[in-house]
Amino acid sequence: MEEPIITVRNLQTFFHLEGRVSKAVDNVSFSVPKGKVICIVGESGCGKSVTALSLLRLVDFPGRIAGGEILFHNRDILKMNTKEIHNLRGDKISMIFQEPMTSLNPVFTIGRQISETLLEHTLCDRKEAWEEGVELIKKVGLPRAEKIMDSYPHELSGGMLQRVMIAIALSCQPELLIADEPTTALDVTIQAQVLDLLRQLRDQSDMSILFITHDLGVVAEIADYVIVMYAGRIIEEAPVTELFRHPRHPYTRGLLKSRPVIGQRRDRLYSIKGQVPDLSELPQGCYFADRCESCMEPCRKEYPESVSDAGGHKTACLLYKEGVANGSTTAEDY
Amino acid sequence: MDRPLLKITDLKKYFPVKGGLFGRPVGWVRAVDGVSFEIFRGEAFGLVGESGSGKTTLGQTVLRMHGRTSGQVMFDGLDIHSLPPKEFHKTHTRMQYIFQDPYSSLNPRIRIGDAIAEPLLAHRLATRADVREQVESILAQCGMAARFMDRYPHEFSGGQRQRIVIARAIALNPEFIVADEPVSSLDVSIQAQIINLFSDLQEERKLTYLFISHDLGIVEHLCSRIAIMYLGSVVELATRSELFLNPIHPYTKALLSAVPIPDPERKRSRIVLNGDVPSPENPPSGCRFHTRCPFAKDICREKVPEFRKVEDHHQVACHLF
Repeated sequence: MEEPIITVRNLQTFFHLEGRVSKAVDNVSFSVPKGKVICIVGESGCGKSVTALSLLRLVDFPGRIAGGEILFHNRDILKMNTKEIHNLRGDKISMIFQEPMTSLNPVFTIGRQISETLLEHTLCDRKEAWEEGVELIKKVGLPRAEKIMDSYPHELSGGMLQRVMIAIALSCQPELLIADEPTTALDVTIQAQVLDLLRQLRDQSDMSILFITHDLGVVAEIADYVIVMYAGRIIEEAPVTELFRHPRHPYTRGLLKSRPVIGQRRDRLYSIKGQVPDLSELPQGCYFADRCESCMEPCRKEYPESVSDAGGHKTACLLYKEGVANGSTTAEDY
Repeated sequence: MDRPLLKITDLKKYFPVKGGLFGRPVGWVRAVDGVSFEIFRGEAFGLVGESGSGKTTLGQTVLRMHGRTSGQVMFDGLDIHSLPPKEFHKTHTRMQYIFQDPYSSLNPRIRIGDAIAEPLLAHRLATRADVREQVESILAQCGMAARFMDRYPHEFSGGQRQRIVIARAIALNPEFIVADEPVSSLDVSIQAQIINLFSDLQEERKLTYLFISHDLGIVEHLCSRIAIMYLGSVVELATRSELFLNPIHPYTKALLSAVPIPDPERKRSRIVLNGDVPSPENPPSGCRFHTRCPFAKDICREKVPEFRKVEDHHQVACHLF
C-alpha cells in the first residue's frame, strides 16, 4: 500500500459534562490511503462525526482532544499552530456536512461563498476566483452555472446545495475530502446523483474521501474500506467486499440483518435488543456485551483487543481472539 | 379484504400562496392533486414518495387535520370531511395519527403516563380509578415497563419515545392508524425494533395502517399494497410483489434502482434521474414526471395520463404503457 495521506493513532476525544467524562472517541486508529474511499459507519452517538471533526480540530467546548496523534504527511495536526491549521482547512483537507441548508450563509450569493475559499487559499483576484467558481459549478454537474453563482441558498433545492457544498470543498483541489453524512438529508434519487458525482471525482482527481454514514447500503455503493464504530471505538474494519461477505462482529452482523433489503423480505426483522450505552457510564468489558447474543463470561471482564487476520480484517471481539481459524465457525450464518 | 375501510375519491388539497399588500392568494400549491385509492380492513397500505410529493399532506387530509379542497374521504361509510364536529370528534377513537418526530410529538411537561391517559379520560373509556391499570397494560404491549409511567419525555431515547407515541395512538383502540415516517428519525437497530412492534400490533389488534415513508425497504417489509406518489398524484399502485417484481412507471423504476443495496459485489444498471422535483406551485403540463423522465414523448408533455388498471392489482398513470 502507498504512503497514507493521513494517519490517526490512538485518537481520544472526550467531552466533559457536569463533572462526568463522555468518551466520545476512544483509542481510534486508522489511515486513509491516496485515492481511496474510507467509510466510517455506525449509529448516532458512536463517535463517527466527532472523529471527523477531530481530524480538522473542529471539536468545540466541552469537547477536547485528550490524546493521540493525527499525522498528515507525517506532520501532527494536533501540534500545529492556529495559522498552520487554518491553512490546512479548506485547502488540503476540506469537509462537507449533512445539512447543506445550514452550512451555507443565507445572506451571501453562492458565487461569493465559492470565491471566498479560493481568495483565501490561492493567489487569485476576484475575477479569476469567480470564473473558477463557474467552472467548479459546471464540474459538479449543475446546469446554468452563471445563474447559480448569482443566486442565494434559499433559491436552490437540497440536492443542488449539496453539490454547491461539494464544489466549495473541491475548490482548492484537496487531498482529502471529509464527508459527514452528505446524503442523509437528501431523497434517494438525489442521493444516487451525489454518490455518482463523488465516485466520479475520486476517479478523476485521485482525491481520498473519508465518508461518514449510518447507512450500510451507501457504504456498499461507495467504500473501498470500511470502519465500523460502536460507542466511541472501532469494533471492526475490513475491505468492503470482505466486510459484507464475512461480517464478524455480532454488532456488524446485527446491523446488516436488521435493515430490510428490497427483494429479500423476511417475515420478521432481526433486531438488536436494547440501546447504545451511555458514553459516560461505559461498562467494564465489551461495550456491546449487554446487547450481544453471543456474550460470554469473559466479555464482561475486559474490553477485547482488536485481532487482525492475514487479509487485514480486524475485529475487536473475543469470539475471534483464539485465532481466526476457529473464528470462522461462529461467523457462518449471515 | 372485501369491503374497503377507507375510500379516497379524487381528493385535492391546495394551499394558497399569499402575496401582495393584502395577502391575497396569488397562486396555489397543489400538494395533493386528485388522489383516489382504497384501503381494506386489516391491511397495511404503504404510501411512498420523495420530499414534496404530498404524502404527508395526504395523510393529514385523510384524518381531516386539514380541510380538503375537493374530493371525498369515506371511512367505514362516514364522509369524514362532511361530519358535524361532534360526530367527527367520535371518530378520533377509531383513527389515529403517528408523527415522524418523536421528540416534538410529546409535551415535555407531561408525564408519559398522563399523556397516554389523557385520550382515555377525554373519551370516557377509563375512569380515574382504573386508568393507571389500563395505561400500564398499553405500555406493556409496546414493550415499555410500568415503572416508566411517572417519568418525563426527556428521560427517554428516540426509540423509547416512539414506543410511547405508539402507545398513546393505540390507547383508544383505533381501527385505523396513519403513521407518517414513524421510524425515519431512528437508528437502524432501533428501527427494526419499532417496525416489529408495528407488525405485532397489527396482528394482535387487527389494525389497518396507512404507512407513509420514503424508504422502500421498510415499506416492502411492512405493507401488502403500495402507492407511489409524485408531485401530488399517485403514479403507480400495486400489491407488494407486483410493484417490486414488475414496476411499470419510469419513476417507480428509477426510485427502485436508486435505493442503495448493502452488497458491494452486485452491479446494477441504474436509472439516474436528472434534476430535481419541480415545484408543486407550478407543476409541469401533461404528465408531471415528463421533465425528468428518460422516456418522455410528445404526448407526455401535452396530456395528463389516465390512472388505469393494467392488471388485477396494478394501476399506473403513464402514456407509455
